[in-house]
Amino acid sequence: MNITFLLNGETVELADVDPTATLLDWLREDRGLTGTKEGCNEGDCGACTVMVTDEGGHKALNSCILFLPQLHGKAVRTVEGASGPNGEAHPAQQAMVDLHGSQCGFCTPGFVMSMVASHANGATDHDTQLAGNLCRCTGYAPIIRAAKVAEEVPVPVWVKDKPVATRVTSQMLPESSDELAKIYAEHPDATLVAGATDVGLWVTKQLRDLDPVIFLNRCDDLKEITITDDEVLFGAMVDMNRMGEALADLHPSYAEMIRRYASVQVRHAATVGGNIANGSPIGDNPPALIALGATLHLRKGDERRSVALEDFFIDYGKQDRTPGEFVESVSFPRQADRLKAYKLSKRFDQDISAVCGCFNISVSDGMVADARIAFGGMAGTPKRASNVEAALVGKPWTHETVRSAIPAFDSDFTPMTDMRASANYRLQTAKALLERYFLEDQGEVTNVLEVSA
Amino acid sequence: MSVTKPLPHDAAPLHVAGTARYVDDIPTPKGSLHLAFGISPIAKGKITTMDLSAVKAAEGVVMVMTADDLPFANDVSPSIHDEPLLSDGTVHYIGQPVFLVIATSHIAARKAARLGQIDYAEEAPILTIEEALAADSRFEDGPRIYAKGDADAAIAGSAHVIEGGFELGGQEHFYLEGQAALAVPNEGADMLVHSSTQHPTEIQHKVADALGVPMHAVRVETRRMGGGFGGKESQGNALAVSCAIAARATGKACKMRYDRDDDMIITGKRHAFRIAYKAGFDENGHIQGVSFLHHAICGWAQDLSLPVADRAMLHSDNAYLLPNARIESHRLKTNTQSATAYRGFGGPQGMVGIERVMDHAAYELGMDSVELRRRNYYEPAHVVADPVIAEKPLGHPDPHEDLTSRGAVEMGDAPVRPLPAGGNTTPYGMEVSDFELHGMTAKLLQSSDYTARKAAIQVWNAENSVIKKGIGFSPVKFGISFTLTHLNQAGALVHVYQDGSVHLNHGGTEMGQGLFQKVAQVAASRFGIPLEMVKITATDTAKVPNTSATAASSGSDLNGMAVKAACDTIRDRMADYLAHRHQADPSTVTFADGHVSVGEERYTFSEAAALVYQGRVSLSATGFYKTPKIEWDRIKGRGRPFFYFAYGASITEVAIDTLTGENRILRTDILHDAGASLNPALDIGQVEGAYVQGAGWLTTEELVWDGKGNLRTHAPSTYKIPACSDRPDVFNVALWSGENREDTIYRSKAVGEPPFMLGISAWLALSNAVAACGGSYPALDAPATAEEVWNGVQQVKGET
Repeated sequence: MNITFLLNGETVELADVDPTATLLDWLREDRGLTGTKEGCNEGDCGACTVMVTDEGGHKALNSCILFLPQLHGKAVRTVEGASGPNGEAHPAQQAMVDLHGSQCGFCTPGFVMSMVASHANGATDHDTQLAGNLCRCTGYAPIIRAAKVAEEVPVPVWVKDKPVATRVTSQMLPESSDELAKIYAEHPDATLVAGATDVGLWVTKQLRDLDPVIFLNRCDDLKEITITDDEVLFGAMVDMNRMGEALADLHPSYAEMIRRYASVQVRHAATVGGNIANGSPIGDNPPALIALGATLHLRKGDERRSVALEDFFIDYGKQDRTPGEFVESVSFPRQADRLKAYKLSKRFDQDISAVCGCFNISVSDGMVADARIAFGGMAGTPKRASNVEAALVGKPWTHETVRSAIPAFDSDFTPMTDMRASANYRLQTAKALLERYFLEDQGEVTNVLEVSA
Repeated sequence: MSVTKPLPHDAAPLHVAGTARYVDDIPTPKGSLHLAFGISPIAKGKITTMDLSAVKAAEGVVMVMTADDLPFANDVSPSIHDEPLLSDGTVHYIGQPVFLVIATSHIAARKAARLGQIDYAEEAPILTIEEALAADSRFEDGPRIYAKGDADAAIAGSAHVIEGGFELGGQEHFYLEGQAALAVPNEGADMLVHSSTQHPTEIQHKVADALGVPMHAVRVETRRMGGGFGGKESQGNALAVSCAIAARATGKACKMRYDRDDDMIITGKRHAFRIAYKAGFDENGHIQGVSFLHHAICGWAQDLSLPVADRAMLHSDNAYLLPNARIESHRLKTNTQSATAYRGFGGPQGMVGIERVMDHAAYELGMDSVELRRRNYYEPAHVVADPVIAEKPLGHPDPHEDLTSRGAVEMGDAPVRPLPAGGNTTPYGMEVSDFELHGMTAKLLQSSDYTARKAAIQVWNAENSVIKKGIGFSPVKFGISFTLTHLNQAGALVHVYQDGSVHLNHGGTEMGQGLFQKVAQVAASRFGIPLEMVKITATDTAKVPNTSATAASSGSDLNGMAVKAACDTIRDRMADYLAHRHQADPSTVTFADGHVSVGEERYTFSEAAALVYQGRVSLSATGFYKTPKIEWDRIKGRGRPFFYFAYGASITEVAIDTLTGENRILRTDILHDAGASLNPALDIGQVEGAYVQGAGWLTTEELVWDGKGNLRTHAPSTYKIPACSDRPDVFNVALWSGENREDTIYRSKAVGEPPFMLGISAWLALSNAVAACGGSYPALDAPATAEEVWNGVQQVKGET
């Protein structure tokens, strides 16, 4: 397919691009722009970070798992374009030099580009903005000092990219869900690429040749967020940063969990539809959405159907999705916020959950009126704690009830041991999270992230 | 003077612009080829059949090599030649290179490398300490034992005896730039190698052996590494040798870089240890005797394991005067990656052992853990006569010695007897005369407000049931010098051009630590010129030969002194010439503020250089340095292995969630001894970074192998180094104002490794927080992941 985008302000037109060529390889090998580094080739270290600007604004993205067709119509800025046309240092670059933010320098271009993007957006939550960039030398302290100093300096004009107007060049780049439905029905064996945060690794790590590939990122109607008095609906292509923003007021604990879901770079690419459709037992959205009573909306050609989200996950690696069928959206009822989403992992930021426990327990007149509890990491699929729920509903909302419900976890789950956690730790902390939910509800301090020296 | 200024890293403007060049960024000649290894999928066995036809037929493949195709040495070991580049028919760990693919692109080589059809006769691998001990699978004939006094008797006679043991995990280096090399064939049989290595001379040596040429036919250049941390001391050999062999075979430039997962699966990591201890204390918390049993998991090849395990023994005292001590060290051979150098080189493992003992004792005696430690410190710094070396020194030159990077001298026959008890000496008999920690500890306790915070934590813990806080203190005394004494040497080459600009070269390598800047500051200071007049150049075996690895924190100590010597040679020549010209005494010629002054005459440095050049005086010189005073016997465990000690102290406060074990560092205060710092900004950068890396080792960084020997944590998705928000919320780092009592470069101290061990305070703080949950001492293993902290909480609550 043919694509057009801006690279550091200049138009690039590429013909017949390999649909799974990554931006990183193209920059380094074809374009000779070696400032962007390969650190892990899987989106976990951020050394390859570039800034991409589209209608959604300025975004830091990992170029190692970004396929060239995803850039059609967008503006890309690499570290070579962070400095001005006459070599003027970007405020983030200058601050990094002045405050000793680089040592070996290999992660530095990625940090600089994350900072260029967050600076352009006026973001000052630096720990969150930089969670996707690993540094092994500095201990991060001087980098944060640099980011704070750069806050005070205006955004340079040269990084204020704008997307370019483009036309449709390939039916594999559909522009709407209708076009997607049509082309996917014609190619039910195609690989759908939403954000490529998972499919990217099929290419860079499993070395798979994917053909054909359909890119969903231009289907604007799949990016809609609709919030009414009755319902909250996310199109499948809503990225995780937008989802987090939308949930900040509705369900702040879910939004906070999303803040810890991967990194800014990954969340800009990752979509809620992809996170559900790939069927992972450790995706963080499904347990939260199941706890909220979510419904999944699927489409194949012109046929649409809806299923309870929990029923979509049949078994490990097996979902209720037929060839040519795709996730169009997910919705859940508007409700008073009783949701807590707890994510346990070895590291707080940018880590895959060992256990993700989501609790939605409503209490009326001191009695448990309803309980929806769902977990990731505890079974081959995201799964409800049905026995625990049953042990709670209709009982007084007391510590005694919580304690008496805890043994029911043993009948709900038989988790595995792997490199993230042992089976015992998973099971026992799943129980402890119900305890946490209760204690938090009673006003106790339970969040280690909210404690200071 | 340029030294002591807090200047930024010399390459910082290039780093932030993306123009700093790493090996993979070097433009390659047209037609360059790319390499990848086919690796063993089993941990132990023999190859029965190998069918590489699919590899050879794969798109882009130019050539495929096995051990039989290697023209000369099949050896990339840095020590005893037990590490073939490609399997000799046996395999010893999952990830061992078996065949080499040479292809037209990196991706083509990687894809083809997965197509080998190899059958193995599998054998049961040795993966655990128990399995290794049962099979007596070890390096060296038996354990090394260092002893001072009679530890067993002293412990038996003590009022309080504590006993315990713990597991101490390894650590992946996770340098952001993976291993990489590029070989460019030159005319004749010559080879130019660009390597991301801490040890260019060893690369040169190994490549020469593999090509069957003298070392003079191989030139190795290293401009910079994207991080090393010990992981590029020996682990780059395989890539550089592969590139050179492939370049010779094809006539093309050849490049190899490991994909991150391959890097983590193939290369060695920090040694995991199990440490058991028994110690006796009197009523006042004075240690009477201690006995340690170390089991080091060394992996399949020896690499640098012997000196690593030695250094663990040499740091089993840390800051404490042990009247009686016994340290027994077993170096176990297992079917896992060959464990290698990693910042601290065994020192951290040894130090964690004694810090655990002190912490455990403070708990049992009900004493403040800082106070108990202070009571056991070595005596404050004092002047002692330099030792007279009575015995015939070991390590005298031997023309047949195998000159490997950091091997170890052979085992002697003489029975080892314990050193006498008493004295302000280490368990290996070295007088500790430069001890700074009494003053440093007092200052740190005050600046960190330790006493008040400790009380506030007790109040918090009494009021909160879920979140508990803890505080931990740990001191560092780290020995500076290579323990293989002959490595303590360095060379430099300095040119002054006729315009007064200076070209600087030395044997050290730049991996982010700022060595080049520090050494350039030395050169600028010697000539009294602005730093901009000094050009820093890539490490190059053709400029400075026979270099030691940039390791053991030695970089600026050794190379700074060598550069100083070279600069002073040129300066003296300039002074002699100018003094003669002006009938002055050469000793009155001064070099300062960019000028050279002779009597009434004042020349710019450029003018002076031009004059001296016209006077037909050489403006180029080499410099050389060797560390004085060191001499020791690693078999007997006695002598002076270290020129001096570097010190540090840290206090860390943490919070833990007792329901889940999740934990976080809230505040860290550090006071570190860099002597008279050559560059305080770079040194503080080393301290901050080392602390976070050390804390990562002991908290989130968990290496997990499955029962077949598969490393399950081989990417950043599963192996978790600290991220941005894991650094302490409050992070106060200061340098101790002092100067080295030994005559080092401008009286500075080495700073690369010592602060790594400040991270031990984070582990101790977690233990302290766990202890707040119950009535027994928390026997935490390391790393103290959330799960391990949770285990500790269950243990002290009596719920396990």
